[in-house]
Amino acid sequence: MPTVTLNRKTVEKLVGKKLPEDKLKDRISMLGTDLEEVTDEEIIVEIFPNRPDLLSEQGFGRALSSFIGLNTGLRNYHVKKTGAKVFVDKGMENVRPYTVCAIIKNLKLDDEKIREIIQIQEKLHVTFCRKRKKAAIGIYPLEKIKLPIYFTSKKPEEIIFRPLEWKKEINAKEILEQHPTGIKYKDLVKGLKRYAIFHDADENILSFTPIINSHMTGKINDKTKEAFLEVSGFDLHTANYVLNIMVTALADMGADIYSMEVVYPDRTLTTPDLSPRKMKVDYKYINKWLGLDLSEKEFKKYLEMMGFGYEDKHALIPAYRPDVIHPVDLGEDVAIAYGYENFEPVLPEKATTGKENDFEKFRKQVSKILAGLNMLELSSYHLANKDTQFKRMSFEEGSHVEIANSVSEEYNIMRWWMLPQLMQVLQENTHNEYPQNIFESGVVFKLDDKEETGVKEFTRLAAALCGNDADYTKIRQILDYLLRSIGLEYEIKETEHPSFIGGRVGRVYVKGKAVAYIGEIHPFVLENFAVEMPVAAFELNLSEVFSLLSE
Amino acid sequence: MNPDDIINKLHPLERKVLPHLEKKISFDDLVKKSGMKDIEVMRAVQWLENKDILKVDSEEKEFIELDSNGLLYRKEGMPEKRFLKAIKDKPLSLGGLEKKSGLDRNEVSISLGMLKRHGAIDIKKEKELVVSITGKGKELLKKDSLEEQFLKKNFPVEFSCLEPQEKHAALELLKRKQILKKDKKTFREISLTELGEKVSKSKISGKEVVDKITPKMLKAKSWKKKGFRAFDVEINVPSISGGKRHFTNQVVEYVKQIWLELGFTEMTGNMVHTGFWDLDALFVPQDHPAREMQDTFYLKEPKKGSIKDKELLKRIKQTHENGWTTGSMGWRYNYSEETAKENMLRTHNTVLSAETLYKLKKQDLPAKFFAVGKCFRNETLDWKHLFEFYQVEGIVVDPDVNFKNLIGYLRNFFRKMGFPNVRIRPGHFPYTEPSAEVDVWHPVKKQWVEIGGSGIFRPEVSKPLMGFECPVAAWGLGLGRLIMDYWDIHDLRQYYKNDLKQLREMKVWLK
Repeated sequence: MPTVTLNRKTVEKLVGKKLPEDKLKDRISMLGTDLEEVTDEEIIVEIFPNRPDLLSEQGFGRALSSFIGLNTGLRNYHVKKTGAKVFVDKGMENVRPYTVCAIIKNLKLDDEKIREIIQIQEKLHVTFCRKRKKAAIGIYPLEKIKLPIYFTSKKPEEIIFRPLEWKKEINAKEILEQHPTGIKYKDLVKGLKRYAIFHDADENILSFTPIINSHMTGKINDKTKEAFLEVSGFDLHTANYVLNIMVTALADMGADIYSMEVVYPDRTLTTPDLSPRKMKVDYKYINKWLGLDLSEKEFKKYLEMMGFGYEDKHALIPAYRPDVIHPVDLGEDVAIAYGYENFEPVLPEKATTGKENDFEKFRKQVSKILAGLNMLELSSYHLANKDTQFKRMSFEEGSHVEIANSVSEEYNIMRWWMLPQLMQVLQENTHNEYPQNIFESGVVFKLDDKEETGVKEFTRLAAALCGNDADYTKIRQILDYLLRSIGLEYEIKETEHPSFIGGRVGRVYVKGKAVAYIGEIHPFVLENFAVEMPVAAFELNLSEVFSLLSE
Repeated sequence: MNPDDIINKLHPLERKVLPHLEKKISFDDLVKKSGMKDIEVMRAVQWLENKDILKVDSEEKEFIELDSNGLLYRKEGMPEKRFLKAIKDKPLSLGGLEKKSGLDRNEVSISLGMLKRHGAIDIKKEKELVVSITGKGKELLKKDSLEEQFLKKNFPVEFSCLEPQEKHAALELLKRKQILKKDKKTFREISLTELGEKVSKSKISGKEVVDKITPKMLKAKSWKKKGFRAFDVEINVPSISGGKRHFTNQVVEYVKQIWLELGFTEMTGNMVHTGFWDLDALFVPQDHPAREMQDTFYLKEPKKGSIKDKELLKRIKQTHENGWTTGSMGWRYNYSEETAKENMLRTHNTVLSAETLYKLKKQDLPAKFFAVGKCFRNETLDWKHLFEFYQVEGIVVDPDVNFKNLIGYLRNFFRKMGFPNVRIRPGHFPYTEPSAEVDVWHPVKKQWVEIGGSGIFRPEVSKPLMGFECPVAAWGLGLGRLIMDYWDIHDLRQYYKNDLKQLREMKVWLK
């Protein structure tokens, strides 16, 4: 979630009231943002991804002002018509299908306002625009541009202009190779044969979108009075919301919004369109959902506190609120306005019968039996190290599940069996008192085509005795006691297993099914784990044992 | 205490030592006199001291002992002396000298330097170096040096008792290789207290007392004629430890118990899931930041799974694209079945809730479920980050359940966990509306601590899974932060450290 640093003075001016610090902090968190810090100059908040309209001083101040009851209800923004046109070329659907645009006039910019505009743009890019993947914003000084504007595409080598903060003209291919912004975002145009550009009536390139603007025509400063604003991308809804969030923030800075005609080959859109959406307010439904009994009047009040209009049993949803897609979304806003702190906790009296999972219950009993034999239970990670799982156990690789992107390189597969982790624990405890008798039950992972994910998970129990007296007999006694305690008969047949000493390892069968290996760990393996005490161990398939038990 | 009571409680070792005690005796002498083992005397003395029968004065003293070369030189003389003896009659080359004196090269070169400094020898360079004795050298040969005199003392000697010139000799010798070694020794002097004198004067061996009760004794009833030695029941004993469950599992059992008592049924399920179940079914859009590589563990092998229920896939695809019949507008994008198939480690236990809702039938309502299990997040391990952690998940599926009930369940749970103050704040999760962050008041830190998320599932989640509409209250709570203080844990990695000493000594969960 993005953290924004807002200018406290600007916000307070927009709110229209200076709240005492405690109250300010409280209202900010109860409005639905994660407050990090309030200083004399700044308000630092984390904005949830559903409210991109709060990413600016203007949007935030607007919402807070309504929420504290000062300036409630739907804000009206006037959009003046210009008739100025943006022509969208044929074939853009394969490059970058949509653009929506506006003209902003009467901008009174200074360094602080420019910082604010850049921050909104950046934060929207990172969040709602998904790092420019879904949409990207461009803003240009109108005085350097000759209308109309064209949204078109060209081959990379034919796009030649001077990108922002660059000394000379280069082509789009070179921008992606040389310019820091080009390098950062080059993946966004990967695989495209033609790149999208905006140019003006004189064929001056305004930008190579979504990568970078022109240094000549794509940079606003404190002298800019009028601007051309465009949002382009792959999703018209997203683009519209981004444009609406931008223009309303600029309007709250004191600027005027003018529309443009965006002429597509098959239709013409007049943007921005700031008319509110209507959604029916289903009181009964929302009251029930929240456990409240609010009247229509209260609904109206609460919706207005959240910046909605209310008219004829309908909420009027501001054009900068993309998050309201279902009536329950209105419910949440009503709940926020009502105040989460005002909901009393009610525990329903309705009776249901609780039930523990049968296998988990069984697993708990097994653990208790082993603890009763003076063994210590461990807790290890499900993620494991491939070498430890196989090579150090002198075991050939099993069909294991591999992680694609672990940031902890040491943990690169899902554990395939439990014993290696027990060995690891013995390795890390050589300075502690012996005997060390340990066990753990846990999930192991194997490849299996029959499963929906291709992965079969089951629970294994591993136990190890380590100390002067640890030997086959001692571990066999433990297994024997365990299986007798749960009422299972078993037999053991001699077998071979590379982790155990030959002639001292057995395969355990219950009802003809192999369920465990048991034996003395091979000194070669002990050496790999730097353990200088004998170890006797078993690993038992608990899932299998449980299903045999239930048969 | 009266001396007889004390005598009655004496351990056999104490009884054995007591007659040998005098007004003042050193520990070593006591060992010799009693003929007992060091350790036995040590224990007896300690116990007797606890009973205020004797007093031990310890003093640490520095001792000097002969080392291996010291022993040799005492017998054969210091190397420099042997050097001089070898050339007493005629000058020798260094090689010849080595042979005649029996000194090794190192000893020769040390002696050479030392004797040269004292003017006891002359060195001439001919074909090789030739050494001859001087008049001063001859003088030296006549008497023992201070060092040699020192070596003849009775060792060990106490350093502080040495004469000044002996000290000087000792310090010189200590500079040289393995002649002397210094040792610190604790000297214990034992003296009887007033009470001790009384006790030692009393008759100790009177009536025969039983120490350890043996089966033989019981069978023969021989104990009847004897008294029982009274034990010092107040004294500390060596600690032992038993087997036990891992401390996190003790908490997990406790948490399960809380929900079972509230009538919840346990959910379990796989840790590997497709994105379809872990995220899509919970109405998380496919381009949501949570899906990005850095947060989620994706699998390399098997990279993708499959989606068996094609009808469900259709419902969820439509819900994402246009809201299906849920009354929602949906996220309005093109849903990708391929993205849905990507395998990952479950990012939250809410995936278990999704699976449970999918299997739930209308006639089973109202129904309540919980899970306590591991979730995964792709983090580098450090003191405050783990890549796997417990999450306590819960859902209540009931046509009448509401937001107030949700808070009611949460408060109840946290009370039982020892956190009576709970608050909720507006939050955001793509699958709940309203969404609430859950904080508990931390009585030690004196601040609100964020524990998890909660809310009521959006119809876009519940309807495609269940096939019908019904509110579902849901929560996912962290466990790690709730139990850190109980065991005074400051580094989250401790949950997985498996230090056996620590596991043996840790207190059990008693809430």
